[in-house]
Amino acid sequence: MTFTTLATPTAYAGSPRRGPVTRLLEDERWLALVLLLPTIALLGLFIAYPFFKGVELSVTDAKVGVPGKFVGLQNFEQIWNDGIFHVAVWNTCVYTAITTVLKLALGLWLALLLNNNFKGKAFTRAFILLPFIIPTVLSTLAWKWMFDPTFSVINWMLYQLGIIHSRINWLGDPNLALVSVIIVNVWRGVPFYAISLLAGLQTISPELHEAAAIDGARAWQRFRHVTWPLLLPVTLVIVLFSVIQTFADFQLVYVLTGGGPANATQLFATYAYQIGIGTGLLSQGATISLAVFPVLLLVVIVQLLYIRRVETH
Amino acid sequence: MIEGASWRRWVFFYIPLTAFIVALLFPFYWMLVTTVRPDGELYRPWNAPNYTPFWTMHPTLEHIKDLLTETLFGTWMFNTMVISIAATAISLFCGLLAGYALSRLKFPFAGSLGTMIFITYLVPQTLLFIPLADIIRNFRLGDSPWALILTYPTFLIPFCTWLMMGYFKSIPKELEECARIDGATRWRAMVYIIFPIAVPGILSAGIFAFTLSWNEFIYALVFLSSPDQKTVPVGVTSELVRGDVFYWGELMAGALLGSIPVAFVYSFFVEHYVASLTGSVKG
Repeated sequence: MTFTTLATPTAYAGSPRRGPVTRLLEDERWLALVLLLPTIALLGLFIAYPFFKGVELSVTDAKVGVPGKFVGLQNFEQIWNDGIFHVAVWNTCVYTAITTVLKLALGLWLALLLNNNFKGKAFTRAFILLPFIIPTVLSTLAWKWMFDPTFSVINWMLYQLGIIHSRINWLGDPNLALVSVIIVNVWRGVPFYAISLLAGLQTISPELHEAAAIDGARAWQRFRHVTWPLLLPVTLVIVLFSVIQTFADFQLVYVLTGGGPANATQLFATYAYQIGIGTGLLSQGATISLAVFPVLLLVVIVQLLYIRRVETH
Repeated sequence: MIEGASWRRWVFFYIPLTAFIVALLFPFYWMLVTTVRPDGELYRPWNAPNYTPFWTMHPTLEHIKDLLTETLFGTWMFNTMVISIAATAISLFCGLLAGYALSRLKFPFAGSLGTMIFITYLVPQTLLFIPLADIIRNFRLGDSPWALILTYPTFLIPFCTWLMMGYFKSIPKELEECARIDGATRWRAMVYIIFPIAVPGILSAGIFAFTLSWNEFIYALVFLSSPDQKTVPVGVTSELVRGDVFYWGELMAGALLGSIPVAFVYSFFVEHYVASLTGSVKG
């Protein structure tokens, strides 16, 4: 406000023309409050409130249209002893672990390939992201058709190549169903890893590589001792982000197998959907989806500690 | 470039890269072929003789015609468009203001508020959909586009805010200070000096938000029930399968046409999209 005397155009000036609202907004704290209000309102109403509502539902016996009464930890006890829930926990962990390792390995490989200079690089990079930007359920439908028990084009290719002699029942066989779901998840996730890691790779100065090469480091050694340590921070963030998304995955499995056959591909989210929405047992469904929360919490803590460490360095 | 003999270049570069491209793009090619292939050719066993799965001699637009005339596909496209644009607009508005406040203003609890918004960014939709369905029902928003227009911002605002914060930090503070010395209020300096400079950031966030809204599935699946209220992803997966019968021609036509708007937006703004994707990860 000390500058107001210098002001020339009266329309802007801090003269009596300023109303009380304008004066209030000159205070940083009030302005911040006004600017943050819409965000706080929406996130409070549709994230914080549902979260507490979910916790509340998990200790009642509510069903669709029936408010339900307090039952303590009965729901937790029930899912603790529920065989299908155990299967879902196991599947979710296997699914997350295998897809994360594969996505990271293949994504890094693809990023390293794309980090070379070649003709049509921008074009290739743009096309490679398609699996990530096209609506997942729609591309998953294409995969479901490619995995079709009778008309599978994958089987046709393998048959023509002489690799198989009888058809593979991709989605009907319990073991293969999980493999199929993993294939599609990896297919969808690799572009995201590759493009994000590529962005990380591009921040690494080529001079470091040249220096290492002059000192006699071979390609693998240069990757191991120059690229990888510099890429590690961004890799960690990508992996943590992707672990949450994969752990809570729903749409891919819903479209491909619906959790079947015989719960062989049942994940947390699909099971929660089946119980909470399919059969209308809101309280139990809410309890199952809350099971994702500890994992989320763990990742958030790691992220926050990591960010703090980076900021203090 | 890979150094050394040309065979090394082939083995370590061209062959793997081609394999990646083919594997990543094949499903889209398959959508296209299935869409234009007549039904008579479509349902042939995989080991039938004289089978040419990768192309067809008799392309047809029958499936697209069926999709557009005999299903509600057009309605779903319209619904998805309205919902995505509205949700994106709300999220950009909130994210722009919140991003400015968190990156430029000093106020109590600024740090913890920023952390909380970052945490909501990590919350997956599958954690909250059941209680949220209950809340939507209680608010009487069920089966209306508002259920999605109001809930999509919950996963869009956090990353819009995050992205805008990064963008605002790159704009020198002096610009604002100059405007304030010339007598502009904080509000005017923000709206007329800083926001116009932030347009590229807003565009990136908007494109990313639009594609995320277009692709969203579980909220749309749970909150909407009438066929004429559905979005493209939900409509195609639920309404084109009658009983146990999959009409693959129509399904693939739906998948193809339903992907076009995002692919279109993406193709025009690849750089912005990539910027926001990598920016959203780097935080």
